[in-house]
Order: sequence, then structure tokens, then C-alpha cells
Amino acid sequence: MEHYVNLAIKAIFIENLALSFFLGMCTFLAISRKVSTAIGLGAAVIVVQGVTVPLNALIYHNLLKPGALAWAGLSAIDLSFLGLITYIGVIAASVQVLEMFLDRYAPALYNALGIFLPLITVNCAILAGSLFMVERDYGYAESVVYGISSGAGWALAVVSLAAVRERLKYSDVPDGLQGLGITFVTAGLIAMAFLAFSGIQL
Amino acid sequence: MNAEAKKALIEPIVENNPVILQVLGICSALAVTSRLLPSLIMSLALTAVIAFACLFISMVRKAVPANVRIIVQMTIIASLVIVVDQLLRAYLPEVSRQLSVFVGLIITNCIVLGRAEAFSMKNGPWLSFLDGLGHGLGYSAILIIVATVRELFGTGALLGYQLLPLKSAGGWYEPNGLMVLAPSAFFLIAAIIWAVREWKPAQKEEPEFRINIVHRQEVS
Repeated sequence: MEHYVNLAIKAIFIENLALSFFLGMCTFLAISRKVSTAIGLGAAVIVVQGVTVPLNALIYHNLLKPGALAWAGLSAIDLSFLGLITYIGVIAASVQVLEMFLDRYAPALYNALGIFLPLITVNCAILAGSLFMVERDYGYAESVVYGISSGAGWALAVVSLAAVRERLKYSDVPDGLQGLGITFVTAGLIAMAFLAFSGIQL
Repeated sequence: MNAEAKKALIEPIVENNPVILQVLGICSALAVTSRLLPSLIMSLALTAVIAFACLFISMVRKAVPANVRIIVQMTIIASLVIVVDQLLRAYLPEVSRQLSVFVGLIITNCIVLGRAEAFSMKNGPWLSFLDGLGHGLGYSAILIIVATVRELFGTGALLGYQLLPLKSAGGWYEPNGLMVLAPSAFFLIAAIIWAVREWKPAQKEEPEFRINIVHRQEVS
């Protein structure tokens, strides 16, 4: 149990996808003008990440890993080069399925997440979640924990950036830094604050 | 080379830079800029992928039905990325390990899909190739500037050659520890944005709220 808690804390704070790996930056910077939309986007990322990372872990461990096809009597086959194309396919497909499912059974949630779901397919944080899962060789239970908590870390980052940006309306920013420039500086400062966690040994 | 082709190639480098103006493709790249060598390889990989992805997508654009185009584009991009990834693993295993997942993340780099969707679906193969090449170069320019500053001031070295002798080795330069950490990339890009926008004032953004402007006039 302790192992999983450590993994979650590490994924949320120490190895935050947005602030220490710069992943999902396009959406991170584009959709952080308002806290309410940032919360919607963050929730969507948590859900998608929680679905796709375990799904890809399942595929990786049972089909793609070197020697994974031993159950079919083909233990000499190594399909890991197909990884990238499989993961992105799984992500695109599960986002599509999730969208249709929510539309049918949870319209309120669908309306809240609606416009963000398609955007998430091309969010690098999602693909990176699966790639880190492969690179660090997480097992199945670990991949569930990692998926949800890395999504939560990303959500936390985007909501805090949005909160700061709402306040920035009242500030007098130099012309050249207006908009994108000052957002980068803000994100840098938040990232620096998150560095405080980096000394923690778990 | 005619004027249109030249425009497609040159414009994205400063005038319409994908990273600092269009806010595309920041995602996968910033984490690799703490050293110059991985950044160079990353720039090369992305430029190759985007140029050829634009070329191929433009070649098949008339044969692809509109409602499955994203899947087709993704497949082409992903296949090219797999080729690049396998090549790097075979010939530059050391750099490939440093870049870890970031080569794979070229697939979701919004510059590639963005150009495929916005330009290659409407233009011929040669022009699309140049447009892709231009955007790759624009991205590379930012990556290389950031990486040069970070490596030079963070470690006093460039590509492994010690340019600024370190204090710990008897020289005079005290390395700036912030530069090797993640946040410095944000500040450097903000600085690049500021510099470019002072140089090309057309890129400046309007403040979101009018009250800001009124206040400014009163002060001055």
C-alpha cells in the first residue's frame, strides 16, 4: 500500500507532468484563462489519463513487450516498435468512446467536459503518461495509480495557473510581455515553487 | 524558387514562429533543452518528421475523405516518428536515452498536426514540404537558443567543451544552478517572446481589459 501512496505523491508533486516535464503545454497555456474552464479540463485529463494508461499497460504487458506473446506460443516475437502507433490509437479511440458514453449516460458531465475531450487526444501529457508507464515498467496496479495521479498533478497545475492568471488582469504588464509572455513567466514561477518538492525522498 | 515558396519557408522562422507566436509545439521540447546536443538532435528529428509528414499528407490529400482525415494524418505522422525513433536508437543510443520519451511525443506535437491540417490539406506537395521545413526551422531556432543559454550558463560548457572555466576547477565562473532546472526554460522563452515582440511590434497582444489602458494613459 505504502508503495502506491508514494507513487501517487511522486506523480502529483515531484514529477508533475506539466511543471517538471513541460507536457501538455499547448493546452496548459491556451486554456488557463479562467478557473472554471481549467477545472473542467483538469477533470477531463484525470478521467482520460485514468482510462488510457491502464489500458495501454494491459496491451503492453500482454501483446507488445518482448516475449509477451508467450501465451500464444510466440515467445521470440518483439513488437515493442509498434508501441507508439498503438498507444496513440488507443488514446484516440478511448477518447472517442468516452465522449459517446458520456453523451449518452452522463449528459451533465458531458456538457462540462464536452469541448475539452477531443482536444485531449493531442495533449502530450496523455501520451507521455503511457510512455512513462512503459519506460519505468509499471505493473498493472501501478499503472492505474500512476494514470490517475499524474492526471491529478496536471489538473492541479492548470488550475493554479488559471487562478494566478485571473489575478493578472489587474496588473500592468509591459506591452511585449502581454498575454503569452507573462503566462510563461507565471508558469515558470509556479514550476519553481513545485521544485520545493523535489528534495523529498520517498 | 518563387515568392510563394520562399514565403512558406522563411515566414515561420521569425514573422510567424510556431512556438512564440502560434503557441504550438511547446509541449514536447522544453525538457530536452538543458543540453545543446539533445536539442540539436531533437530539432533535426522534428524538422525531418514535419517536413516529410507535410509532404506525404499533401500527396494523399485528394484521396482521403474528410471525416477520417485526422486518423490518416496521425498514422502518417506516427509511422514517420517510429522510423526516426528506431534510427536514433540504432545509431545514437546515448542521445536516444537522454531524449527518452520525447522523440515519441513528436506525434502529439501540435505543430505537426497543426500544419498538416491548416496547410498541407490545401496546398501541393512541394509547397507543403517547404512550409513544414520552415516550421521545423522556426521551432529549432527557439530550441537551440534556449539550449545554448541553458547549457552555457548552467554548466559553463557547450557540447562538452568547457568555454567558461568553472570555479570548482580553478577558473572564475560560478555556474548558475537555476539554468539546469526546468523553470529557467519558461523564463528564457518569455524573454525571447519579449525581445521578438519589441522587434516586431505587430506581434504584441492587446491587453484583455480596457481599464488597464485608461490607467496607463493617466499615469503617463
